[in-house]
Amino acid sequence: MARSITYREAINEALAQEMERDPSVIVMGEDNAGGQGSPGDEDAWGGVLGVTKGLYHKFPGRVLDTPISESAFIGAAIGAATGGLRPVAELMFIDFMGVCFDQIFNQAAKFRYMFGGKAVTPVVVRTMWGAGLRAAAQHSQSLLSVFTHIPGLKVVAPSNAYDAKGLLIQSIRDDDPVIFAEHKMLYDVAGDVPEESYAIPFGEANIVREGGDVTIVAIGRMVAMAQDAATELASSGVECEIVDPRTVSPLDTDTILESVENTGRLVVVDEANPRCSLATDIAATVAQDAFGSLRAPIQLVTGPHTPVPFADSLEDLFIPDAAKIAGAVKTAVDYAR
Amino acid sequence: MTGTLESPTSQELTPDQLLDAYRTMKTIRDFEERVHDEFAGGDIPGFVHLYAGEEASAVGVCSHLDERDAIASTHRGHGHCIAKGVDPVGMMAEIYGKVTGSCRGKGGSMHIADLSKGMLGANGIVGGGPPLICGRALASKHKADGGVAVAFFGDGASNQGTTFESLNLATIWNLPAIFVAENNGYAEATSSSWSVATDDIADRAAAFGMPGVIVDGFDFFAVHEAAGEAVARARDGGGPTLIEVKFTRYFGHFEGDQQLYRADEVANARANLDCLKRFRSRVTESGQLTDAQLDAVDAEVGALIERSVAEAKAAPKPGAADLLTDVYVSY
Repeated sequence: MARSITYREAINEALAQEMERDPSVIVMGEDNAGGQGSPGDEDAWGGVLGVTKGLYHKFPGRVLDTPISESAFIGAAIGAATGGLRPVAELMFIDFMGVCFDQIFNQAAKFRYMFGGKAVTPVVVRTMWGAGLRAAAQHSQSLLSVFTHIPGLKVVAPSNAYDAKGLLIQSIRDDDPVIFAEHKMLYDVAGDVPEESYAIPFGEANIVREGGDVTIVAIGRMVAMAQDAATELASSGVECEIVDPRTVSPLDTDTILESVENTGRLVVVDEANPRCSLATDIAATVAQDAFGSLRAPIQLVTGPHTPVPFADSLEDLFIPDAAKIAGAVKTAVDYAR
Repeated sequence: MTGTLESPTSQELTPDQLLDAYRTMKTIRDFEERVHDEFAGGDIPGFVHLYAGEEASAVGVCSHLDERDAIASTHRGHGHCIAKGVDPVGMMAEIYGKVTGSCRGKGGSMHIADLSKGMLGANGIVGGGPPLICGRALASKHKADGGVAVAFFGDGASNQGTTFESLNLATIWNLPAIFVAENNGYAEATSSSWSVATDDIADRAAAFGMPGVIVDGFDFFAVHEAAGEAVARARDGGGPTLIEVKFTRYFGHFEGDQQLYRADEVANARANLDCLKRFRSRVTESGQLTDAQLDAVDAEVGALIERSVAEAKAAPKPGAADLLTDVYVSY
């Protein structure tokens, strides 16, 4: 039975249900309980934004606080995954990948291939991404494309509470390492989520809105922005089809291509920096495989090629919004050869 | 160096156990000497780092381990693989890049692994193994299976942040982990006497709240005794240990290294510091084994290495179909 819960609660529920179902699932990260070695509550935080709150007491011994040693504990999660556990490790901010990246991309991502198919590494790295919290340059990035570049990693970016629960359950059950990217601006956004456990398969995009004039592929928080733009555009007679890939590796290129073949126009929306990005990757795929269907140049709506600024006046300019998306759609629709 | 020639463990080992230890060390030595020759002949591609001379470390530690236990290794990993039970025939094929190899030709010398043997892989990243070993130790602790996990790493990795983080994590989580710092004197071409800030790597154990011991890496019995204590402590819930094994690297950093940074220490080491020679004189003088028994092992190992090279050379390479398997491909 579905009821409205937040993205944060949906993630917490997915963790709890999987821990209940499978004793090999453990959770670890900085302050995932929060309070180790202190006189007060040992579950004081439940993660820096409270996502793992309550699991510590519900599953004794299975929620581990770690020191701020990302290489050691992300690596430990990976090592434990080769030893029969299914660890879910929290890399607090995706920006911190720099201090532990070797363990992710040279170790976890490589084992299965490099060892001739004789290893599985069922680890999930949960990590927070995206701009909007005035968290500045080192806590606001959208580095999904860096992980997506690495064969052997799967990269998941839920845009809503329903997908967050179903995709996290799938991530935990998957035998490959998964980067589960939670958009920090979505934690408090509620949506209908079934109480029972369910898994959403990887590589299946969600068509959020159907329309015949232009395809908008949007990722993470940008899905909601695209919906706002589409509502606005509909009033002027432009019908947008919005595709949310949900997982960027694997990427459901079939759904994207099929949509572009119907609409003839593509706008890709991602708040990440533009160069070597998911936006350019999706654009290249469509240009290569659906060139004959395109009636207008592909439009990209992304952040600029700058670090994420602190001041709200600047950060608001950095992040794509409905107006920028609508502008790009109009450019595509108005294009005449 | 604290290893002594009269450590008690030699008397605790049965003749069969002594023969097994000798066989494994001799297998590593002959395997590496042969790879050295074959590489020089141009038959082996890529980067190859040889473990010859360091056999007492891998075998002294791994002879305490069983199927519950896991190890992580380094780029100089052939010895650890053999000591943990990986098949030398498959290893040789892997080094030749053949489909019959331990990793079907997709790993190579620097990535030989056999998870079914608890061998988490040689590792091309210096300092890559210690965090993984914390995880394997955590898994054993969580499952309460009595297993321990051992990270072998070199003097180079002893300066990596991953190693420091792992030593700290192993102590605060009280993990059944053992950190074996194999100090062979050089990280690539850089002397550990220059690159390591403390007199000994083992000194660093105190900073992470665990026992640190130094052993003579040319003395199998010294390594065996120190490792036995560490493994027993870890299995009993007593937490991690740092063991520094000191020896001298026999070959260059990798095959083809002219070693212009070294003096005549190499020839001296090979003539006078040899774990196999010391093992042989020790066990024959004590009357535990005879030269004839050891010679028979030598012959048996020689035949095994000969067969491994012959089979590796004859085996097919992986084909185009193998390129896209064993990984999720999304493009």
